[in-house]
Amino acid sequence: MSWETVIGLEIHVQLSTESKLFSGGSTGFGAEPNTHVDLIDMGLPGVLPVANKDAFYKAIRFGLATNAEINQTSSFDRKNYFYPDLPKGYQITQMGMPIVGKGSLKIMVEDQEKIINITRAHLEEDAGKSIHDLFEGETGVDLNRAGTPLLEIVSEPEISNAKEAVAYFKAVKQLVTFLDICDGIMAQGSMRCDVNISMKKAEDKELGTRAEIKNLNSFKFIEKAINFEIERQIRVIESGESVVQETRLYDSIKNETRSMRSKEEANDYRYFPCPDLLPVVITDEELNEIKENLPELPGQKEKRYISEANLDESEAKIISSSKTMANMFEDACSKTNDSKLVANWLVGDISALLNKDNIDIEDSKLTSNNFATLIERISDKTISGKIGKSVLEEIWESGNDVDNIIKEKGLVQIQDESILENIANKIINDNPGQVEAYRGGKDKLFGFFVGQVMKETQGKANPQSVNEILRKLLD
Amino acid sequence: MSIQFKTIKDLSTMLKNKDISNKELVQDTYSLIKSNVHLNAFVTLNEEMSLKKAEELDKNKFSGNLAGIPIAQKDLFCTKDLRTTCGSKMLSNFIPPYSATVIENLENAGCISIGKTNMDEFAMGSSNETSFYGNVANPWGSNLVPGGSSGGSAAAVAAGIVSAATGTDTGGSIRQPASLCGITGLKPTYGRISRWGMIAFASSLDQAGPMARTAEDCAIMLNEMCSHDLKDTTSLDEEIPDFTSDLSTSIKGLKIGIVKEFDLSMLDNSVAQVFEESKKHYESLGAEFVEISLPNISLSVPTYYVVAPAECSSNLSRFDGVKFGKRCENPQNLEDLYIRTRSEGFGDEVKRRILIGSYVLSAGFYDAYYKKAQQVRRLIKNDFDNAFKKVDTIMTPTTRGAAFSSGSKGDDPIQMYLEDLFTIPANLAGLPALSIPNGMVDGKPIGLQLIGNFLQESKLLQIAHNFQISTDWHLKTPSEDIN
Repeated sequence: MSWETVIGLEIHVQLSTESKLFSGGSTGFGAEPNTHVDLIDMGLPGVLPVANKDAFYKAIRFGLATNAEINQTSSFDRKNYFYPDLPKGYQITQMGMPIVGKGSLKIMVEDQEKIINITRAHLEEDAGKSIHDLFEGETGVDLNRAGTPLLEIVSEPEISNAKEAVAYFKAVKQLVTFLDICDGIMAQGSMRCDVNISMKKAEDKELGTRAEIKNLNSFKFIEKAINFEIERQIRVIESGESVVQETRLYDSIKNETRSMRSKEEANDYRYFPCPDLLPVVITDEELNEIKENLPELPGQKEKRYISEANLDESEAKIISSSKTMANMFEDACSKTNDSKLVANWLVGDISALLNKDNIDIEDSKLTSNNFATLIERISDKTISGKIGKSVLEEIWESGNDVDNIIKEKGLVQIQDESILENIANKIINDNPGQVEAYRGGKDKLFGFFVGQVMKETQGKANPQSVNEILRKLLD
Repeated sequence: MSIQFKTIKDLSTMLKNKDISNKELVQDTYSLIKSNVHLNAFVTLNEEMSLKKAEELDKNKFSGNLAGIPIAQKDLFCTKDLRTTCGSKMLSNFIPPYSATVIENLENAGCISIGKTNMDEFAMGSSNETSFYGNVANPWGSNLVPGGSSGGSAAAVAAGIVSAATGTDTGGSIRQPASLCGITGLKPTYGRISRWGMIAFASSLDQAGPMARTAEDCAIMLNEMCSHDLKDTTSLDEEIPDFTSDLSTSIKGLKIGIVKEFDLSMLDNSVAQVFEESKKHYESLGAEFVEISLPNISLSVPTYYVVAPAECSSNLSRFDGVKFGKRCENPQNLEDLYIRTRSEGFGDEVKRRILIGSYVLSAGFYDAYYKKAQQVRRLIKNDFDNAFKKVDTIMTPTTRGAAFSSGSKGDDPIQMYLEDLFTIPANLAGLPALSIPNGMVDGKPIGLQLIGNFLQESKLLQIAHNFQISTDWHLKTPSEDIN
């Protein structure tokens, strides 16, 4: 029997605001536990939340970029449940009136375009962290993250398989980083997602019973968890049982999902409008200002790269697909007139290295600054393109500074023509047979002499000069 | 010269004329607290800090409007470095690291926060019998309740210990004890006074206000308590007038509404009679009476007892034994920590309301209870809007009767809830309302309630002050033998 998979994603995007959603507490990552916590984050008796407008502005950017309805009046609700890292005993979220309504996002899966509709995107505060492995027999609570603004992006159940889910997640990541509303650093939990998944027969109109897999924070885990869950649900159904509506956790070590709580055990969150917060109203002026200042998106960049930087379509597409790569391209172009050269490096050698290591560019050791310097040194002829490749490989391993590598390894290109001429003369004198053959008509032997000069100079000779000198001496 | 039963105005004059020093005033206040210790009006005293502040005031002249005036603070306002219990065992060890905006405002005006007053636990009660720190006695009779939840504040003012105190009013918690103790108490418009630092009971209803001997003193207090506070988004960004400036303006031609739906025959005969006499008195001052209708008013108490518990069930979730306040001994696991901390830390009335609140918000009941109650609340607000097209103020008795004896309603929460029959509507509609003493029943004071339109505190205080300069009910003090 053939089964159709129906998947919906809830992606939590940590918004890169300076302060928290309802307090002046810092959102900085990696601080000592409980140092980025103010009275409000702690939920002390008598404190009141004040909504951070910047979080709304960032959420609206996402809404505009997904052609979504923007609710200029939106409000907050309380979601009530007990947990030690939830200081107030409720989470403030937007249940009834979310800031962003229906929108959509285009994804590419194996060169096929697909539109994923977005149900809504709403603001909510993050909880703190429970630390179970630091104190013997006790649990620690770190409230640094408590109150950090999240944008929860809820998709329609329109995703058909793990590949599409990953493509959608990547598209959201691309968008929020381009919009400058999230740093996109998955390892720090800046993006996490819950996956709702169910199976149905092709001819069925109704959706099957779904399970929700909580808190996945990498492309790899999303793909593996979904694929495991699809097989599990098919196994359950084909053995004559039915899928239970429940929340499951993915165990990346055992590569399996496990039941966390069933529907019967599910919390009744007792949502109700938060009486401490008035509805937040976004004026037309505010909305227009956000619209006018919307950062350039991948499609716009792609067009500009083609028209202004003279790139071909495939180069422009690859470079504009990642915020980090686009930034690198633009930074490096400011150091050279040769945008084609920059593009060749990014699309060629660098993309090859990324593919080899299966990583995104922001996870590599190559910084935008270092890349720009590399391009600068190549275009001012300090090093040759060939030497550039070995410098890049060195950076890839060590993250070392371009100028340091050139200096330490003595890679500066030999420009002095008298030196090159001496070397060329020596090569000619040492190889009388080849000289005779070349002059006798074996043109291909020219390459032999170039190679010998390069060998003698350990590749540091300026190839163009070597060509000119050899022509002069041999022809 | 005795300071007992003096008003803020009296004490300010005494201090200015150097009839008494700031330090002597504070010392005398503590003497009064100690000679009235049987009232159990205070949970925590602030003696050392208060004396220090008084000595500073004696050294350095300070011109604030409340300079040197001892004020009793309801133990629901967070006071920096001074224990704040909210009447609960749960917070018996809670020392806030910050002060409520109201407290800061009053202290910036020079007042001395003399101590924290007893109250119903988390402000849930109408008799001060739900406090973990024991009942408060009414100065008019030690077997009588002072009302609640601001019972300690009302008793401290009624006994003449302090000229003024702070209270909070969610369904009548300032006005009902003011009525039962024979003092003046004002609940301002919702949003007039910042809620920052007020431990929340029901956030959409809670409002702080002054309790004093006179409307004039309430106006002086209100001048200092109000502010537009960016830390409270429900705080109103409205002009704050000088509430004392219109007090003596004549009320000739004033239109006072009498609510058709309130059947005064249900009241004690003598209470109804006192109410009629007050009407006559206002007529003699030039006011005219207009019958008005508030068609949905009978739904006030049930509406309140859905909305308030719902909000409280959520507001009180933070008391879980994790971060502050009480934690049970040797919790075995997380669930045990929650269950025992909250079972041991909360009293019966608080638990009852958390249960009601959780029930009305739960899936499947939300629409029938909470949502419906919010709709009714809107209807009640509309009723008032319509009424205020015809009248300047609405007059009702504050309570159904005078102070009752303690324990007499303890077994019947519904009877207790009906105590707030007349006071609850103003909270649901967010309107200002005050209570002034307007007569005696069996030797016990009772109060008259005046409800005003949105932001009309000045008018209410003017109407009250006109009454007080032509009557002496507010000057009555508990008899010597009781004291």
